[in-house]
Amino acid sequence: MTALPPPSAKKLGLVIDLDTCVGCHACVTACKGWNDQGYGVPLSDQNAYGSEPSGTFLNRVHSYEVQPDQGTAQVINFPRSCLHCENAPCVTVCPTGASYKRAEDGIVLVNEDACIGCGLCAWACPYGARELDQAAGVMKKCTLCVDRIYNENLPEEDRQPACVRTCPAGARHFGDLGDPDSDVSKLVADRGGYELMPEMDTKPVNRYLPPRPKGPEQEVDILAPLLDVKTTGFAGWLDRILEKI
Amino acid sequence: MHPAPSVIVFTTLSGAGFGLLAFLALGLLPVYGLQAFLIWGLGYGLAVIGLLASTFHLGNPQRAWRAFTQWRTSWLSREGWAAVAALLLLAPVALAAIFGGGLPPVFGLVGAAFCLATVIATSMIYTQLKTVPRWTFWATPALFLAFAATGGAIMTGQALLASILCALLAILMIVAFKLGDRRFGEVGASMGSATGLGSVGKVRVLAQPHTGPNYLMKEMIHVVGRKHASTLRRIAVTLAAILPGLMLLFMPPHPFVLAVIAAIHLMGAFAARWLFFAEAEHVVGLYYGQR
Repeated sequence: MTALPPPSAKKLGLVIDLDTCVGCHACVTACKGWNDQGYGVPLSDQNAYGSEPSGTFLNRVHSYEVQPDQGTAQVINFPRSCLHCENAPCVTVCPTGASYKRAEDGIVLVNEDACIGCGLCAWACPYGARELDQAAGVMKKCTLCVDRIYNENLPEEDRQPACVRTCPAGARHFGDLGDPDSDVSKLVADRGGYELMPEMDTKPVNRYLPPRPKGPEQEVDILAPLLDVKTTGFAGWLDRILEKI
Repeated sequence: MHPAPSVIVFTTLSGAGFGLLAFLALGLLPVYGLQAFLIWGLGYGLAVIGLLASTFHLGNPQRAWRAFTQWRTSWLSREGWAAVAALLLLAPVALAAIFGGGLPPVFGLVGAAFCLATVIATSMIYTQLKTVPRWTFWATPALFLAFAATGGAIMTGQALLASILCALLAILMIVAFKLGDRRFGEVGASMGSATGLGSVGKVRVLAQPHTGPNYLMKEMIHVVGRKHASTLRRIAVTLAAILPGLMLLFMPPHPFVLAVIAAIHLMGAFAARWLFFAEAEHVVGLYYGQR
């Protein structure tokens, strides 16, 4: 049923640290790799080796330059995926009931067997989190790796979304944002985590941690200590004699 | 938004078709026998062709029946129900007109109400989308209703009423264009709010996430056709409203003349509906630094 469930106590989601993300796109690749063979139909590519390749991805990494009023510009890499909104507009617009939000943990999923591929949910999402697979004609979106996080066949450290598990910079965190004592909730509180486009009234679960403030640019010659060579032994004796001559 | 031909054909033809059916249901054109068969057939034809066209853009049209299940929450589902109800409820009214036999006017009234509900539901599919600010205000349902009423009035030969509706439609189209241009700014979404980095400084795209186009860019960021938007606006208002309005006032309401006027109106309606999609900007474009 595409009516939204009452707000769940458990709100699983991601916390993405924009200070730490290096923009390597490993999360994009890991996501595509896992979701190509797990939940639902594979994520197809079109014209993959041609002049204009395109394909279905559940996660995309943008790179922005942010210019503060004073000081130097910063480069900020910005991963974008489903935010598993509490007030998910993609769920209520669905005419077939294929798009739904789980009452137990708040994950937003698509039942691909019921999806007619009308694309209205992708239109309703402000974040571009949904992409219609061009081969299968059904809507694809982040599942929060629902087939990993509860999967007891996997070692415990692997029971988190593929993007989080793979991130080499530790910029992605997974947890229960409905529990104020969880690690992710504490992280959000400490770092002033925020939601994207609050004016759209979607109440996203995922949070983004802002880049830490940077101090003024420092004119430091980082090679100076290496160039100040202190000689010892025979070379030192020679150095001192030659200086005196 | 990408102006998909199937969606333009669907909204334009089914809108005109349900407008015509509503006028016929209200008994505004007293026709019987073969004439009734032809004009009711035209109404059903337009509505059904439009509804069929809407299934062409589906990824899995064989499951389209599932779209009837979520009427409690989805405007798309409600539209399906209202359309089917209107077509079924009007069948006895149409048959009575064709084969003779009286039906109490309440049959037509209920059928017309469902035609109205169908057009409102179609417009609400777009009006509900907060992500497309140009659509989310009163002008969207008003325009869909005005197009349906004008088309219905022209095709049933209500010359005076149709010319008044043409004047209203022209004003409404111009107001919707002007107010629509401001909507994106009013909603307040920006690259700063989309990324949340607006508080740090001015945000600019440094590198796109992918080198080729993707579904989002093809579907939500349509920039090609906007180049000629102002010319097309003038063409749309002229063909959909001004020219038919003048022709209705100054030409005899002969069926052939009415057919020409209806054809001109529909061409204008297609142009207007093309612009309705092509000019609509989706907030997801902000992530790509595009509108």
